[in-house]
Amino acid sequence: MLGAIGAGSVEELFADIPESVRLGREIDLPPGLSEQEVHDHLAALAARNRHADAEVSFLGAGMYDHYVPALIDNLLSRSEFLTPYTPYQPEISQGGLQVMFEFQTAISELTGLPVSNASVYEGPSAVAAAGYLAKLETRRTKLVASRGLHPHSRAALRTHAVGYGMEVEEIPLTGEGETDVEALAAAIDDDTAAVFVQQPNFLGTVEQLGELAEAGGRTGALVVCAADPLTLGILKPPGEQGVDICVGEGQTLGNRLDFGGPSFGFFAASERFLRKMPGRIAGETRDVDGRRGFVLTLQTREQHIRREKATHNICTAQALNALAGVVYLSWLGKRGLVELAELMLRRTHYARESLGLEAINPVPVVREFAVRVPDLDGLFERARAERINPGYRLGHDYPEYEDGLLVAITERRTREDIDRLARLVGERAGVAA
Amino acid sequence: MSALDPRAGDEAVTIFERSSPGRRAFVAPEADVPEVPVEELLPASQLRERPAELPEISEPELVRHYVTLSSKNFHLDEGFYPLGSCTMKHNPKLHERVAALPGHARLHPLQDPEYAQGALELMWRLQGALSEIAGLPHVSLQPSAGSHGELAGLLLTRAYHEDRGERKTKVLTPDTAHGTNPATVTMAGYEVVKVGTAEDGGVDLDDLRSKATDEVACLMLTNPNTLGLFDRNIEEIAGIVHDAGATLYYDGANLNAIMGVARPGDMGFDIVHYNLHKTFTQPHGGGGPGAGPIAVSDRIEPFLPAPQVLRRGGDNGAGRFVLDHDRPKSIGKLRGFQGNFGVFVRSYAYIRSLGADGLKDASHVAVLNANYLKARLAEEGIAEYLPIAFDRTCMHEFVLSGRGAKEKLGIRTLDIAKRMLDHGVHPPTVYFPLLVDEALMIEPTETETRERLDQFADIVRAILEEAASDPEIARNAPYTTPVRRLDEAGAAKRPVVRWHPGDAGAPANDGQ
Repeated sequence: MLGAIGAGSVEELFADIPESVRLGREIDLPPGLSEQEVHDHLAALAARNRHADAEVSFLGAGMYDHYVPALIDNLLSRSEFLTPYTPYQPEISQGGLQVMFEFQTAISELTGLPVSNASVYEGPSAVAAAGYLAKLETRRTKLVASRGLHPHSRAALRTHAVGYGMEVEEIPLTGEGETDVEALAAAIDDDTAAVFVQQPNFLGTVEQLGELAEAGGRTGALVVCAADPLTLGILKPPGEQGVDICVGEGQTLGNRLDFGGPSFGFFAASERFLRKMPGRIAGETRDVDGRRGFVLTLQTREQHIRREKATHNICTAQALNALAGVVYLSWLGKRGLVELAELMLRRTHYARESLGLEAINPVPVVREFAVRVPDLDGLFERARAERINPGYRLGHDYPEYEDGLLVAITERRTREDIDRLARLVGERAGVAA
Repeated sequence: MSALDPRAGDEAVTIFERSSPGRRAFVAPEADVPEVPVEELLPASQLRERPAELPEISEPELVRHYVTLSSKNFHLDEGFYPLGSCTMKHNPKLHERVAALPGHARLHPLQDPEYAQGALELMWRLQGALSEIAGLPHVSLQPSAGSHGELAGLLLTRAYHEDRGERKTKVLTPDTAHGTNPATVTMAGYEVVKVGTAEDGGVDLDDLRSKATDEVACLMLTNPNTLGLFDRNIEEIAGIVHDAGATLYYDGANLNAIMGVARPGDMGFDIVHYNLHKTFTQPHGGGGPGAGPIAVSDRIEPFLPAPQVLRRGGDNGAGRFVLDHDRPKSIGKLRGFQGNFGVFVRSYAYIRSLGADGLKDASHVAVLNANYLKARLAEEGIAEYLPIAFDRTCMHEFVLSGRGAKEKLGIRTLDIAKRMLDHGVHPPTVYFPLLVDEALMIEPTETETRERLDQFADIVRAILEEAASDPEIARNAPYTTPVRRLDEAGAAKRPVVRWHPGDAGAPANDGQ
C-alpha cells in the first residue's frame, strides 16, 4: 500500500504535523486487552452497582423502572438498526426513515400536537431547545418556569438561556404542590417569551394544565409543557389544553435506565412551528416510480444547510432510542397503554394511602407522590438493609421539603413491594413494637 | 394490489396501517390493588377523552414489521461506509454485551453514589483516558453529542471571559467548518465571523490575523480539517488566537487521525470535544445516540458543568468516587443526570481493548487507508473526472471534486453517489465542504481491508466508464434499492410528517 502511495513509511504520512506538537512518547494508557479480559473487567465494575433488579426501588424523579419487553432488545441489536449513520441517502435508509415517521405519528397522538420531530437528546435539553425556539419566535428576553419543572430541566434551561441571552424566572408551588397559577399570571409580561410547566410535575401532581396554559399564554408567551409520555395514556393531551410545545423525556417508553442515558427526548408542537423545530424530521413522499417513501425533510432548518441561521445546532440525536420508543408503544398498543397507565395510577394511590405519611401534594397524582418522612435517615437505613430503595430525597433540590421523599410507582412495583415499604415506614424508632 | 402482485410487498405500510381492532401483544400484570374507578382518582378536566390512536397488533406481526423495515437499511455491518467526517468504523459486538449487563443497563441515575461505585469508577477512568488522549487535564462527560459539546465549549468560553470582566461578541469559524460550528455560535449568542482557507487548504493566516480582534471570544477549528488536511500552522494559529485573548476550540470530529501521534492540548487548544460515536465506536444507531464529552485546560476547569465525577481518598483503588455538585463557577447542567452512560461503557471498552498501542495503530491505519484510496482514485480514468481538491498527503480523509465529471461526462456528484447505491456501498459525504465544487468527502477508516478499498476504487472507475458511454444510467440511478430517487422538494413543499387515519398512503391491512 505504501508503494501505491509513494511513501516509505506510515510515519511519513504524518509529516504535516510539526515535530514540536508531536507527542514524542506513547500515550500513558495500559496496553490493550483480549475480549475476555475486557469483558471481565467491565463485569467486575458492573457488579459494584446496585441496579434495579438487585433491590426493590421506588426511585423515579425523571427516570423510571419500567419493564422493557424482550422484542425491543432483539430489534435494537439488529445491525440494520444499530450501525447505520443518519439517513443521508434515503434510498438505502427507508427502514430508519419510516421508523422516524412512525415515531413522529405516535408522539403526535400522545401529545395532541400535530407535528413532532424525530427525537432530541433527552428531556431537560429538550426543554432548553423549546426555550431557543421561543427566543427565535418572539425575540423576547424572559422565560418563566414553574418549580414543578424537573430541577434538571430548570438547570439545563438556565445554562442554555445564558447563551441565547435570556433570563429564567421561577414561580413557586402552592402549599399543595401545584404550580401557583396566580403567581404564574403575575410573572407574565410583554417580555415573556415562554412559560414552562410539567405534567405530571416533579412532585407527581397532576397539574390543571388548561388553567396554567391560559394564564401563561396571556401576553403571547409560548406555553411549553414537559410531559411524561407514558402517563399521557390517560391524561388529557397538552395539545388539547392550549399548550404550544410539548417536550419530554422518553426513557419511560421502552428505554433502559442506563445510569441516565442514552434515552431520547421528544419535541412536538403546533403546526405554525414546523419550520422552526430543532432536529431531524422525516416526511412522506414518492419516488420516481410513484412508490411511497420517506425522506429527511425541511432540512433548510438544519445546521448542515443553514449553518449560522439554523434553528438549532443538533446533528446526532437519538434515533435508536426513539425506535425503542415506537416499538414499545406498538407493543403496548392502543388499549395496553391505557391499562398500564391505569395500573400505575391505582398502585400509586394505594401506595400513598398505605404509607400513611403527610402528603406534600395532597392532590391527584398519577405515578409518583411526595410525602414528609419524620425520620428520613432512619427509613433509608432500615430500607437499605432490606434492599429497598424508598425513593428520592427532595431536600437535594428543594430546601423547603428537607424531610420530603418522592416515591415512584411503576408496573414493576407490586402491592407486596408497596406493603413492605409501608411496614418499614411504620417501624419508626419509638413507634415500632 | 393483490398479494400475487410482485410489487405488493414493496409498498411501504406503516405500523398504524397494520392495526386491526382487538389485536394486541401486551398483557398487563395482575391488578393487585383495588380497582378504584379512574374518575375518582383524577380530575375530570385532566382525563383523556379518547385513547391515543396507537397500533393494535400482535407480537409476531409487530416483529415482522420492524424486521422488514430493518431490511431496507444499508448499514455498517453490511458493507463499506466511507462517509467523510463520520468515522464509520467497526462497532465491536462485545460492547453491546457489556453495555447490557444489568449493573450498567439497569442502574438508576439517582442511585446513591455509594451503590454506584462501579459506574462512577468507569466514568472516572474514561475521563482519565480521554484526558490523556487529548492532552488536556480536565474532562466532563456530560454533553450528549458533538454539537452539544460545541455549545458547552462556547458557554465555557463565555463564562471564562465574563469571570475576567471581558465581554466578547464574535466567534471565528473557518469556511471549511462543519455546519454545527456556526449553528452553535448563534445558539451561544455570538456572531459568526468566517475565516478563509489558504491555497494549501489550511487556515488563511493573514485573514485570521485581520479578524482576530479583541472582540473575538474563540476560534473553532477542526484539525485535521474537513479537507482531511493537518494545518501545519497550528502553533502560529494558536498564538494569534491567544494573543487576542480568545480561546481555541477543537472540534473532535476528526480526532481519529491523530490518536497517540499528536494531542490538541499540546497544539494549544483550550477546549476539545470528542465524538464517542465516531472515534470511540459507539454505534451510530441511524442517527444517535452519541456522546460529546469535552476536555479543557486548567483555566477553563472552574466553569465545567456540574456534577463532576471525582475520586476522593487514597490511591490504588482505596478511594471513593463521588459526584461533585459544589461548583460555584460552573455553567450548570447541559442535560439531565450524568450523560449518556451507556455510550461511556462502550467507549471505555474500546479504549481498554486497544490500549495505547492499539489506538495509535488505529490512527496509523486510518491515515494509511485514506492515502491508499486517494492514490487509487488518482489513477488515470478516475482523476480526470474526480480531481483531488487539495493535492497533499491527507490524514484520515480526503476530498475529491466532481467538477471533471460534471464538465466532461455531464453527471453530477449526486449521480455518482446514487449509482454507488447499486454497487452495494454507501457513498461518501457529498457537497461538503462547501468550498469544493461538487465535493465527495471520503473517509475509509482503519476498519477496511485493502481489498475493500480496491473494490471501491473499481466501482468508482466502473461508474465513470459507464457514464462515458451513457450518462443517463447514473442520472437515473439507483435501480436496485427498495425505493428509487425520492421527491424531496415535494416533501418539503407539502410536508406530511405524520400518518393520519384515512391517509391514502398505502392500502390498509394489505393482504388481509
